[in-house]
Amino acid sequence: MTDQSALPETPANMRHVHKPLNHDSAVKHVRGTATYIDDMPEPIGTLHVVPGWARQVVRGKLTSIDLDAVRKAPGVVKVLTADDIPGVNDCSAAMGDDPVLATDEILFYGQVVFAVIASSREAGRKAALLARIEAQPTTPIITAEDAVAADITVLPDYQFRRGSPETGMTAAENVLSGVFQIGGQEHFYLEGQVAMASPQEDGGVMVYTSTQHPTEVQHTVAKVLGIPDALVVAEVRRMGGGFGGKESQANQWASLAALAAAATGETCKLRLDRDDDMIMTGKRHDFRVEWQIGHDSQGRIRAVDLNFLARCGYSADLSLGVNDRTMFHADSSYFYPDAVIRSRRLKTDTCSNTAFRGFGGPQGMLTAERMIDAIAITVGKDPLEIRQLNFYDAEHNLTPYGMPVEEHEVMHDLFGQLVESSDYWARRDEVRDFNSHNAVLKKGLALTPVKFGISFTLKHLNQAGALVHLYTDGSVHLNHGGTEMGQGLYQKVAQVVADEFGITIDKVRITATNTSKVPNTGPTAASSGTDLNAMAARNAARVIKDRLIDFLCKTHQCGAEAIAFQDNKVFVGEQQFSLAQVAKQAHLARIHLSDAGFYATPNITWDRDSAGGRPFFYFAYGAACAEVTIDTMTGEMTVDRVDLLHDVGHSLNPAIDIGQIEGGFVQGMGWLTTEELVWDEQGRLRTHAPSTYKIPAASDIPEDFNVALYQSRGNPQDTIYRSKAVGEPPVMLANAVFCAITDAVASLNPGVVPDLDAPATPEAIMKAVRSIRRAQAGSRGAAE
Amino acid sequence: MRDTIRFLKDGEIVELSEVRPTETVLDYLRLRARQTGTKEGCGEGDCGACTVAVGRLVAGKLTYQPVNSCIQLLAMIDGAELVTVEDLNSDGRLHPVQKAMAELNGSQCGFCTPGFVMSLFTLYHAEGQARSRKAVTEWIAGNLCRCTGYRPIVDAALESCFESADDAFAWRANETREKLRELADSRDIYIGHGDGFVASPATLDGLAALYAQNPDATIVAGATDVGLWITKHLKDLPKVIWLGRIEGLDRVEETPSGVLMGATATYQTAEAAMTRISPDLGELWKRIGSKQVRASGTVGGNIANGSPIGDTPPALIVLGTTLELQSKDDSRTLPLEDYFLDYGKQDRKTGEFVTGLFVPRPAPNQIFRCYKISKRFDQDISSVMGAFLFTVMDQKITEARIAFGGMAATPTRAPGAETSLIGASLEDPATWAAAMKALMSDYTPMSDMRAGAEYRMETARALLAKALMEASGTAAAQLRLRVPAMEAAE
Repeated sequence: MTDQSALPETPANMRHVHKPLNHDSAVKHVRGTATYIDDMPEPIGTLHVVPGWARQVVRGKLTSIDLDAVRKAPGVVKVLTADDIPGVNDCSAAMGDDPVLATDEILFYGQVVFAVIASSREAGRKAALLARIEAQPTTPIITAEDAVAADITVLPDYQFRRGSPETGMTAAENVLSGVFQIGGQEHFYLEGQVAMASPQEDGGVMVYTSTQHPTEVQHTVAKVLGIPDALVVAEVRRMGGGFGGKESQANQWASLAALAAAATGETCKLRLDRDDDMIMTGKRHDFRVEWQIGHDSQGRIRAVDLNFLARCGYSADLSLGVNDRTMFHADSSYFYPDAVIRSRRLKTDTCSNTAFRGFGGPQGMLTAERMIDAIAITVGKDPLEIRQLNFYDAEHNLTPYGMPVEEHEVMHDLFGQLVESSDYWARRDEVRDFNSHNAVLKKGLALTPVKFGISFTLKHLNQAGALVHLYTDGSVHLNHGGTEMGQGLYQKVAQVVADEFGITIDKVRITATNTSKVPNTGPTAASSGTDLNAMAARNAARVIKDRLIDFLCKTHQCGAEAIAFQDNKVFVGEQQFSLAQVAKQAHLARIHLSDAGFYATPNITWDRDSAGGRPFFYFAYGAACAEVTIDTMTGEMTVDRVDLLHDVGHSLNPAIDIGQIEGGFVQGMGWLTTEELVWDEQGRLRTHAPSTYKIPAASDIPEDFNVALYQSRGNPQDTIYRSKAVGEPPVMLANAVFCAITDAVASLNPGVVPDLDAPATPEAIMKAVRSIRRAQAGSRGAAE
Repeated sequence: MRDTIRFLKDGEIVELSEVRPTETVLDYLRLRARQTGTKEGCGEGDCGACTVAVGRLVAGKLTYQPVNSCIQLLAMIDGAELVTVEDLNSDGRLHPVQKAMAELNGSQCGFCTPGFVMSLFTLYHAEGQARSRKAVTEWIAGNLCRCTGYRPIVDAALESCFESADDAFAWRANETREKLRELADSRDIYIGHGDGFVASPATLDGLAALYAQNPDATIVAGATDVGLWITKHLKDLPKVIWLGRIEGLDRVEETPSGVLMGATATYQTAEAAMTRISPDLGELWKRIGSKQVRASGTVGGNIANGSPIGDTPPALIVLGTTLELQSKDDSRTLPLEDYFLDYGKQDRKTGEFVTGLFVPRPAPNQIFRCYKISKRFDQDISSVMGAFLFTVMDQKITEARIAFGGMAATPTRAPGAETSLIGASLEDPATWAAAMKALMSDYTPMSDMRAGAEYRMETARALLAKALMEASGTAAAQLRLRVPAMEAAE
């Protein structure tokens, strides 16, 4: 256990760090003056790009592409096909398997075959419908079961193994097993995919792109155009939501806009129609999970055997990292003495599934909770007891991949506090009482933990750069490689830089992420945006400040301890100056007032090949308690009360962190309840608009919704002001809702594990209700 | 005849002589006026990012409604005040709802925010709204936010929307009313030429004549369906006739025997009258689309188009609703259930249009219930929609009218179950069994993205059982997760 009492306290003179400041763009947001790419003034002659696709084809070899009618349509300037790509026809991050435009094959329903360049978006959209594309159809592989039968994957299988799960199963007093289907999720960022590209001198291009990964857009555009990286600049001021959906998925649209700009010499803009966006871009991976768990009569886990079958879609995209993270989180917060965790990355003829907030972690953790619920129901104990019985502790603190859970005391403390504050045990009695008096409506209650590993498991991504300028009027220009998608990253980094210079935050000019200012960045993802970029920015600010201190020491013949930066002033002993005065003097003395900061996360030693080492800098913790009511005649459900307690270390900005926790929870709740992706038997996505794909609305949030930050003693790791990452972990707080629904269904027939799949739509709930009613009371396990 | 449209924006009258028949308010704002505060999120009126406020005089009172500008035709704001997010702080200060949204962290990525602000602006100006979480979540059900989880937005609404209006719009309301009165004329609008026009006749006779001449024209009431033909199906609609200026066609008249609704009466306008027919009908009404959709959408239009999105027809059918149709030389009345011939096919002749419908009130010895089942409670389309009207004498059912949506290509009645229930006793559930069984031969539901066939059948049977249980005295609170408010007061 780390000695937390020894942690350094945050200096008392902080004016911005740890304060609940509003989002930096809050006022612009409410006024409608925050500029998104589609709002930018269009240069004269701006053209519009619309992707064209074969609406009749799901999978098959292209036999003819007749675009004559498209070319002749009113307003059409040019039509691009794969033949018009001067560079490499690929927009994947690394694997080379994502064509920008289809060549000889349609790989999934919605694959882009050509691009129309037209004088207006409307003209382009109408023209795109006129294409006549024919293909020799082949039967697509759509389901995980089909892909398993065909034995086809996008990436090699991978597994973690500890001890001998086979022996463990034999030794266990009881073995449960089942099959659990977990649905995917559409990002539904409110701002759809969009990019605008302007031709520059010497064949270069300036790309405004709604992306979490400007560097990758830059590199992809250069690759597609066949020009050096240095001729491409990618910029993003803000996204209207990302959630992982703009980590790799923005590449294609930026590439098409850039191709069009290069082909026409005009500024070209591509903004996807919402239905196209939902059909063409990847989603959260859906899984079939085959699970087996051995436990003793008390419910203590002895051995675990998991087989994660993920539907990755037609290409690899980010499926390696996503599925690894599923494996890393298949333990939730529980110690598995002997375990094998297998992962297959199935290739299906569907859109290529991608990053989504949690990045595979939610599916792993939900599986663990399903197994815990199964044990509890089988041994006839409250699931809460089984959870606590199997928690990591001082003796049992090694994860199946070998990293110790160092803060298990925080985990226990946090969980215990929520058990108290949610009044769990009293409400358990109330729920039981309600259920005994109601034949149709049944309540369920659950309290579940979150433990989420922070760091990219791809080691080289754990680095960041920043660029800070101090101008001679005392104002500060701040730039870094992190992107703003609503999560408040820009504001948090600005708070850190403002406090570093001892200035008010209005003196810090936040600027758009731009690949020509900070190069070779990683994506803003894995919850790490603040951890990485705030450190890099502080490092840059410190270097500048240290130069000023050095200059002042020489000028005023004093020691560094006599100098303080505070409240827009610089104190030198008894004297005080404005920062502007000091900056001006330093400039006249030829002191460099700009610096490029850098940061690389320490202590990460994960080696994928040997499946050993430490993948995460630290874990973030949380817990959630949910109470639901279901209608056992129709499957309808309401979430009645939710209590959340979450660990963000020492919060850099409690207002923003609470927003991430609530928003993440509700997004996770949508994934597990109303959000259902439906493909028809031909492999066409049928839920490609908000009319058919239902994200939570305001009335879906519980009336009784209590959210609190855990009173942390600070991150034991040396993160930025001892804070913890907060972007993704709260999504998994929503597991409590799913487990509460399971609990409600289970009340119908004690001892039988409900066959409830995710999402728990009314239909899924009824399926579980039906199966549990049919099951013989006393039969054990979900699939036995 | 007028060949322009005119509306009020930021205190000034805007007059446009060039209006394309399919031009939307959103395209006008973003592409012509270059006011980009209003966003496009989905282009089908489902996400609310494009919400603007439209002010009109209703019984002399200035009333603001939230409208999805992506599917609202530009011509439809003739005579109204159009308010966008840009207009809220033309004096440089934040509007109270903007201030609350910013200070209470109601925005994260900010893209949905202008839409929320405009929805809340209309709530701010709505009269007679009691401060409650439910009032707010109902009002903003048509605004989707993917970042915040809504809690801070609801808090901002609770903080800012329930004081008496004290903003620039309230201060200059008299002036606005004057200007809107100036704009209201009884001239027919016709912009374009024989092959392509957008028109808005001022009288029913004018409409009949114009439609007789142009039977290929598209008639538009609220455009909540037709708007999607434009934005999603990319249809060219060269001739558009908007009904919204025909005097009296939007009437809602309550009589002892029922409610008469004109063809252009919006869901919003009819809501109170429907709630007075039955709390269940009122609850159903509140779950049709969103506030924005109900403010524009009309029952008449939904029926006239035979929209596959038909959550009200089952309820209206069992109540015995009749439909009035008119053409240049003729008019007729027919039972609503006879109007739906097949999927996408209606009993409407060339040149004929819907003028209104009459919804009878249940008699004292009749029990009406309806239930909507959907994946999401608010602003979703039903997977199964069941409606029931039982006529009861001495605890025995003498007549049953049962209709379902989602169980066949069109909303249809359940003849087998209806017959089986005659003579059934409300006191003896065993007498219901035949009807429960008959439902299985009354329908052969389909599987689609909303639900599978098995679930649909199972749920239809469950709803019939619920209706019978409630009719026999079981408290709704024991059978439903959310009991309609007025039911509790009964």
